[in-house]
Amino acid sequence: MNILELKKKAVALRKRTWQLIYNHQNGHTGSDLSCADILVALYYAVMNQNAENIGQKDIDTYIQSKGHAVEIWYEILADKGYIDRADLEKRYSTFNSPYIGHPTTEVKGMEFHTGSLGHGLGLGVGVALAAKMKQLRKHIYVLMGDGEQAEGSIWEAAMAAGNYNLDNLTAIIDHNDLQISGTTDSVMRSNPLSTKYRAFNWDVLEVNGNNMGDVVNILTKPNDTNKPRLIIANTVKGKGISAAENRADWHHKIPTATEYQAGLQELDAQMEALNNE
Amino acid sequence: MNKVDEKLTANAVIAKTLDEATTSDPDLIVVTCDSRGSAGLVPFTNAHPDRTIEMGIAEQNAVTVAAGMAHEGMHPYVFSPASFLAMRAIEQVKVDVAFNHNNVKLIGISGGNSYTWLGNTHHSLNDVAITRAIPDLEVYQPCDKYQIKALFKYLLKSDKPAYVRIGKRKLDNVYHKDFHFTPGKAKVILPGKDVCLISTGETLYFALQAAKELVKDGIQAAVVDLASIKPLDTEMIAALAQKFNYLVTIEEHDVINGIGAAIACEVAQYGHAKLKILGFPDEPAIQGTQDEVFRYYGLDTAGIKKSVKSFLSE
Repeated sequence: MNILELKKKAVALRKRTWQLIYNHQNGHTGSDLSCADILVALYYAVMNQNAENIGQKDIDTYIQSKGHAVEIWYEILADKGYIDRADLEKRYSTFNSPYIGHPTTEVKGMEFHTGSLGHGLGLGVGVALAAKMKQLRKHIYVLMGDGEQAEGSIWEAAMAAGNYNLDNLTAIIDHNDLQISGTTDSVMRSNPLSTKYRAFNWDVLEVNGNNMGDVVNILTKPNDTNKPRLIIANTVKGKGISAAENRADWHHKIPTATEYQAGLQELDAQMEALNNE
Repeated sequence: MNKVDEKLTANAVIAKTLDEATTSDPDLIVVTCDSRGSAGLVPFTNAHPDRTIEMGIAEQNAVTVAAGMAHEGMHPYVFSPASFLAMRAIEQVKVDVAFNHNNVKLIGISGGNSYTWLGNTHHSLNDVAITRAIPDLEVYQPCDKYQIKALFKYLLKSDKPAYVRIGKRKLDNVYHKDFHFTPGKAKVILPGKDVCLISTGETLYFALQAAKELVKDGIQAAVVDLASIKPLDTEMIAALAQKFNYLVTIEEHDVINGIGAAIACEVAQYGHAKLKILGFPDEPAIQGTQDEVFRYYGLDTAGIKKSVKSFLSE
């Protein structure tokens, strides 16, 4: 898939996510939209993983530590054939559904239950260590939030990853500078993240996390540093829907009927512009 | 002393058992938290550096990393003082190990009061209460070297997450070398009719000694080993609660939500027996050697005897 096609995919999946959340009146809207481009890049251009080979030897692992941004992930897994989209759209956030507000292993494609923040990086360290011991040719990708960086367990994991030179591990921080109560700087200042991770023996790169071309480039850049890699993806929370962009209250706000229609029009216009490129 | 009956610490038995298991299990690893010395694992880690993952003094991460490794097919045994494993890292145990069904074996060393004068920061007198409340986590507290070997024979084959609490004492022998361990089964180790003593781990030996001495006082006390705390042998406990008029539980644990509470729950539903729960009171434990502290709280042989006699005369 070329960059233009990936951009279209991201708009199409933002739209499905927007519809899923509105139809069921549940979801972490701003968080989903923030990391949509990163997930599209991983699933359609970067990772060696698909619905048929997931879990097999040498197949990449994706761990979503910021588990709450689950709706965009559901839509990607549905689009890629891991799960049935009609089933997702019918049962999402309903009684006894596997499609709940955080990732669970009941859903094909999700290898860990996550959602309690600060766990994903340590899980990634474990998978990466085991992959080294078993001499597997696989890569491990962990997506974290920036608000999540306040969890102490992340720094235990970061220290271990640096200590063990886990160059088969790439962590990505969805760095949108917002969390549920406000800016990350006002809640608990984790910035600057690059110097912190570098001090923990990580190779740190920075990218515009909503620029598809840049995201794909950086995620496919070979790592010859003998260190784990961190990508600080500077993103906009709520990206793609202007009413939701850069607004902390959209962390898990559900659009009103008017906002919903306006959002659909906006996404359709984005798709039309891409179609004309 | 006959070599067969040599007293060993739980640590030593576990380290040797795991060492032997390396020949048949290529995926077996130990995960340590700067704890290889206190876990008695130095011979193991020296012999198997490629099977040793040192996580430093970071119990939360050790548990999470072990879960990630188990996900990739490794068989990790995480060793850390019970207090830190079952308290500091408990959310990682709940989420990454139990809820995620990752085959991690959590070995809580230096459990109960066994850190003696190091004090209450290091004691784990609530670990059973916490771990047994977590779904899909098995909880075991073995009493002697034969039971430990048999328990680990099971654990090495099981793909279920488990927490094992052990202490530091050189263990008196309760069983023999042909002992077979069955998870979920309590075991009557001494028959009796007047009262039934139910214990687990290191206090089981004292309960057994007390029962033997109570015969001289005309009291025939049965003794039941509850090494398998979860799964719990609810069937046997219900039967005991119906058969006996008096049950006494003895544990190196806070009286809140340990095995006494587990038994009480069954008795209240299915039995008529009166129940006495012996353990550590709900307060910071007094400092001293384990013998001194057991004596103080009535968990040694004499204390158990005294409590039983007084209970039966109520």
